[in-house]
Amino acid sequence: MTESPTRGPRVGLFATCLMNVFRPNVGFSAVKLLEDAGCTVEVPANQTCCGQPGYNSGDYDAARALARQVIETFEHYDYIVGPSGSCMATIRHDYPVLFQDDPVWLPRAQALSEKAWELLSFLTDVLGATASDSHYDGTVTYHDSCSGLRGLGIKGQPRTLLGEVDGLRLKEMEDSEVCCGFGGTFCVKYPEISEKMVEDKVKNILATGADTVVGGDLGCLMNIAGRLKRINAPVKVFHTAEVLAGLADGPGLAGAAKESD
Amino acid sequence: MEIRSNEFKQRAVFAIHDASLQQALGKARGGFVGKRAQQAAELPEFEQLREEAKNTKNHILDNLDHYLERYEAAVTAAGGHVHWARDAEEARKIILDICKRVDAKTVTKGKSMVSEEIGLNEALIEHGMEVVETDLGEYIIQLAHEPPSHIIAPAVHKTKDQVSDLFEAAHGGPRKTEVPDLVNEARMVLRDKYFRADVGITGGNFLVAETGSSIIVTNEGNGDLTQTLAKVHIVTSGIERVVPTLDDATLFLRLLARSATGQETETYTTISTGPRRADDLDGPEEYHVVLVDNGRSKMLGGRFKDMLRCIRCGACMNHCPVYGAVGGHAYGWVYPGPMGSVLTPLIKGLDNAYDLPNACTLNGRCASVCPVKIPLPDLLRELRHMQHQQDITPVMQRRALKVWRYVATRPKLYHALEQVGARFLSAIARNGSIRRLPLASGWTDVRDLPAPAGRTFLELWQGKRGQK
Repeated sequence: MTESPTRGPRVGLFATCLMNVFRPNVGFSAVKLLEDAGCTVEVPANQTCCGQPGYNSGDYDAARALARQVIETFEHYDYIVGPSGSCMATIRHDYPVLFQDDPVWLPRAQALSEKAWELLSFLTDVLGATASDSHYDGTVTYHDSCSGLRGLGIKGQPRTLLGEVDGLRLKEMEDSEVCCGFGGTFCVKYPEISEKMVEDKVKNILATGADTVVGGDLGCLMNIAGRLKRINAPVKVFHTAEVLAGLADGPGLAGAAKESD
Repeated sequence: MEIRSNEFKQRAVFAIHDASLQQALGKARGGFVGKRAQQAAELPEFEQLREEAKNTKNHILDNLDHYLERYEAAVTAAGGHVHWARDAEEARKIILDICKRVDAKTVTKGKSMVSEEIGLNEALIEHGMEVVETDLGEYIIQLAHEPPSHIIAPAVHKTKDQVSDLFEAAHGGPRKTEVPDLVNEARMVLRDKYFRADVGITGGNFLVAETGSSIIVTNEGNGDLTQTLAKVHIVTSGIERVVPTLDDATLFLRLLARSATGQETETYTTISTGPRRADDLDGPEEYHVVLVDNGRSKMLGGRFKDMLRCIRCGACMNHCPVYGAVGGHAYGWVYPGPMGSVLTPLIKGLDNAYDLPNACTLNGRCASVCPVKIPLPDLLRELRHMQHQQDITPVMQRRALKVWRYVATRPKLYHALEQVGARFLSAIARNGSIRRLPLASGWTDVRDLPAPAGRTFLELWQGKRGQK
């Protein structure tokens, strides 16, 4: 080894709101995966939300205020990486749109957009990482979160990594690409429609016989986990990163119902 | 048709609990989605065609005046008449005047969503005419006195049993229960109407500028009988449906059937040019085209221009999980699903359809199958933006957004509140989740709320790494 080994990229971890409050374990899993892949990870303290709730509610000014904060906080990193297709699609795709008429902020939004990555696609598409050291005992089914799937083209990456995990059997569900009914504030504004959608999703999950469901966005996962728990279905719910990092121990999100329930 | 889009929420809940509707929707969803996917997979250039169709439509819309004038000239040269209708009322008047002039008693209709949009049937019936829908689906809902619930499968919300009941009541029985028998019964009833019809009204899937032709596609051949057997044929169409050449029309035809019903092509593709000529064996004596604007030209120059690319295939609603859950009637006007959620507020007014742009998870599945690549989720978000700007959004939502913005732009305050929230939720949780949370009943009525661990990630991280 030389005196000063080539350092991996300096990554600013985007600690999504839901992860920060509801599932810190996903953050630690992300850090572990990034560091194992050779990155230097920092978690800037000045971060809050990406602004998507404002943007999708039509309050573009509020979204811009949040976007400026994210840009200022993260633009000096080599990459901004987050364990959410939804937040990262906002940074990647929506920031340049929000500032399309702003000659000062547009270049900065574009620059950040180009180095904004969802965790799993960053690990595979940029770093070429593998998951051959990981182990998970169980049959897992994967839910494609919409923003990651259609906004960022995340489909094969998590499946490839999950397929490399020792002991893990991947079993596809019907309609894995159909929305689970979360949709941000949609799920509380239109609870009955959301219920019908998550009911369909949960039926498809249960039909696989899998004991675990994983995905890349905590919004969807909280919706699915909450519904599984409500109907006493003993299926564990983890973020893909937790499984890959070997930190998927315990009962998972919402503390899955026990077999005997 | 009276707009009831502001009743979306109630109608949606009603629909979710309607067992027959759910049965019908479940059946349709699987068929449309699977067949379309198969067709798209079997045509290697399908994705290229979508891109080409988008570009061609954009070119047409950029030169719409030119192509419409060329189209009008070609129709006139072929012996037909073009009428321009600024809005629904003008369109109804034009068509009524034609019908009255020829003393029409019976009017047959092929499927036309524009005629629904302008409320044509009611107007004709009010003036004493017998109006007969000849598309099987349209015929079924006409018997049920209901509006269509889907733009290409208007009776998709009906089960076979319900159709049996309707036919028995209307035709006097004996009650048929098998699909072929039901179709035959409708065919026998309708056959007589075609011959009696004074005026036949159809839509126009495409209007061809170079030839002045209108093109319709059907699976039942009802459109052909409607437009060739009556003395007068009236085409109702939106101004955006013009295409430059027959060649261009074939591009869209290749996409339309595949996207709509998952067929390679519809059973009948019929091209009409002008009235009957001297050596024609059949055809109408008069041929009219009513070009309806009704809000379209206003969309042309603005941020909703992309919506005018729509070729009315219905793929967006077939793939929409919200439409799949509630069906078309919940949307409360003529056009349901994603395309309807964009069009309805634009045509009928933003405050007459508050929920439609909002009742969407922005999952993007609609845009991913749209044959002309309309960015439907972006347009829906844009409508939300307009609602926000015009203060149409609920007061509570505006207040919540203000508070959220205030807090989220102050990281220390935001983190402090997150920490309080995480501790509180963790403290009230049982077995890893919360079953009931009064201020969040929208969430907890439907599912448990997963409990936080107690401390936030940022807190834990600073504790861990801060000591290093």
